[in-house]
This record gives sequence, C-alpha cells and structure tokens, in this order.
Amino acid sequence: MKILLSQSLMAYLSEPWPWYVSGGLIAIIMVLLLFSGKNFGVSATMRAGCSALGAGKINDFFHFDWKKAQGWNLLFIVGALIGGWIASTLLNDPEPLALGSRTAEHIKSLGLSLPKESKEIASGFLPAEFSKPEFVFSFKGILLMVLGGFFVGFGTRYAGGCTSGHAISGLSDLQPASLIAVIGFFIGGIAMTYFLLPLFYKQILFPLINELQNSFPK
Amino acid sequence: MTKAEVISWYRIQEMFLFENFHMYGVIGTAVFLGLISVQLIKRFKAKDIDGNEIKFEPKVFSIPRYLFGGTIFGLGWAMTGACPGPMYTLVGHGYWSMLIVIAAALFGTFVYGIIRKKLPH
Repeated sequence: MKILLSQSLMAYLSEPWPWYVSGGLIAIIMVLLLFSGKNFGVSATMRAGCSALGAGKINDFFHFDWKKAQGWNLLFIVGALIGGWIASTLLNDPEPLALGSRTAEHIKSLGLSLPKESKEIASGFLPAEFSKPEFVFSFKGILLMVLGGFFVGFGTRYAGGCTSGHAISGLSDLQPASLIAVIGFFIGGIAMTYFLLPLFYKQILFPLINELQNSFPK
Repeated sequence: MTKAEVISWYRIQEMFLFENFHMYGVIGTAVFLGLISVQLIKRFKAKDIDGNEIKFEPKVFSIPRYLFGGTIFGLGWAMTGACPGPMYTLVGHGYWSMLIVIAAALFGTFVYGIIRKKLPH
C-alpha cells in the first residue's frame, strides 16, 4: 500500500505541473526570499559572477562584496542546477513535450528538431541540435548561443533585471519600470521569433549553404 | 522550473508565437499571488527573519533604460530560450552547451559594466 502510494505520488510529480501550481510555487519562493531579507532576481548572479572572476579590478561596477551581497543567490543557482539534475533523473517524464501545431511548423521551418525527435536527452527541452557538437560548434550554433547568451547578459543588466526580477518581483510591486522592461522583453522576443530568426535562417543561412555546396565540384 | 516547463526552449517559442497559455499562466499566477503577498507585507509592515522591516526600493523610472535593456534581453531570450535561472537548470539536465550560453551571458554582463556610462539610462 505504502509503495503503491509513493509510486503514484512519484508518477504525479513526474508529469508536467499545471501552470497554477508552478506559478504558485514561484510566488512562494519570492515571498520566502522577501522574508529572508532578500530579493528574487536571478540575473544579479551574473554581476556577482563577473565580480567573483575578478572584474572588480577592471571596473568599479563589479567592485562590491559579492559574497556578502549575492552569496545566497549563487547558492540559489546551484540549487537550480541540482533541481534540474533531480528533475531529469528521479522525476523524468518519458512523454515528449506536447507542442502546438503552429509552433511545431515554425520550428521545423527553422530546420530544428521537435521534442519527439530528441529522445536521447531528457524529454527534449531544447532541440536535439543543442546537444550535438557539430551543431553547437557550427557557425549557426555559435551565433545562436554566443550572441543569444551575450544579449541575455547585456540586456538583463542594462534593464536591471530579468524575468524573475522584473516580470515577477517588479510587477508584484506594481513598479512602472518593470512594466516597461517586460514590454521590452516582448518587443525583443517577438522581433526575434517572428522576423530575425526566420530571416536569418531562410534568407541568409540557407542560401549561403546552398552557394557553398554548389561551389564545390560534386 | 523543469516541471513547470518554463525551461523549455519550445515553450518560450510558443509563448512568443502566442500559441500556448502555459507561460502566461505561470507568470500570471506568480504575479497575482505576488501582488497580494506584497500588499499584505506592506499593510502589516512585515519583518524579515533578521527583524528588519521588508522594504521595497522603488526602481528609478526611466524609459530608455528599461525599454532598450528589456528589448535586448528579449532578443536573447528568444534565441537561447533561456533566462538566467533556467540556464543553470538546463545544465543540471545535462545540456552542456548551456555552459557556452552562461559564459556568453557573463561576458555580456561584463561588457555592460564597461560601457554602461556611455549608454542612455
């Protein structure tokens, strides 16, 4: 009986959680952090990371006591990492992620694989290409990851926060600045999703590959 | 974060294509409950575990800073499908290539620190 119960509990936990449970948990995390005298905002760890790597010597923006101010937040990201590991091992859901048909079409048109096609790792949170060195270290992969990562790091500090700091903490406190930032997140996200990525893939990259292939004698 | 599927590149694409309510549901619930909690904390002047009153620093309002910064972040979010928290969770999942994204994000933060005085805030 006990085993049965714990098995069904594990099965339940392994399924994707409904949005209201997930949203509720995020709110609880934020409130717990407030009561510990902290603020929920993950991107501040990036500044702390730069500081920890010695950037404080070069620039005073990174010259602060990162251990005291952000030590707990670095633990938070270690927790996020361990959580990811637990979720992918103990609570792994073998079902591929269900995806809307329009999004599926869109992703296919970009030449990336759908969750179903990437069984080798977790249940496919990222297109399988992101785990293949030949993609990651290709021009396309490098551009997507390095430029994308750079934008995230640069934009988040420029805006003074990311999804957790602005969309959740900031909007919860009805901060007008956070609303502007969230509007910005969507301007950037929509521009990239609808125009820039398709443009890049279809107009620049594919013709370039074709041209290269044609220029070599077969 | 995994179970909420907010770490999924696919869900982020769906969000920006407005095809799935999921991400809006997650963020909306968090903000709705967060809003109530923040109001209660302010109303009752709640104290944190160190006994200090919980204060909310109002962010200095400016349009260019939040609009430009936010837009740049949005571009990156749609490309990598990951905001700063989920990046680490994805590494925990074994997506090693996210380490490249994290390194690039650290570099982006560093470059911001260097040139921030020249940017409109």
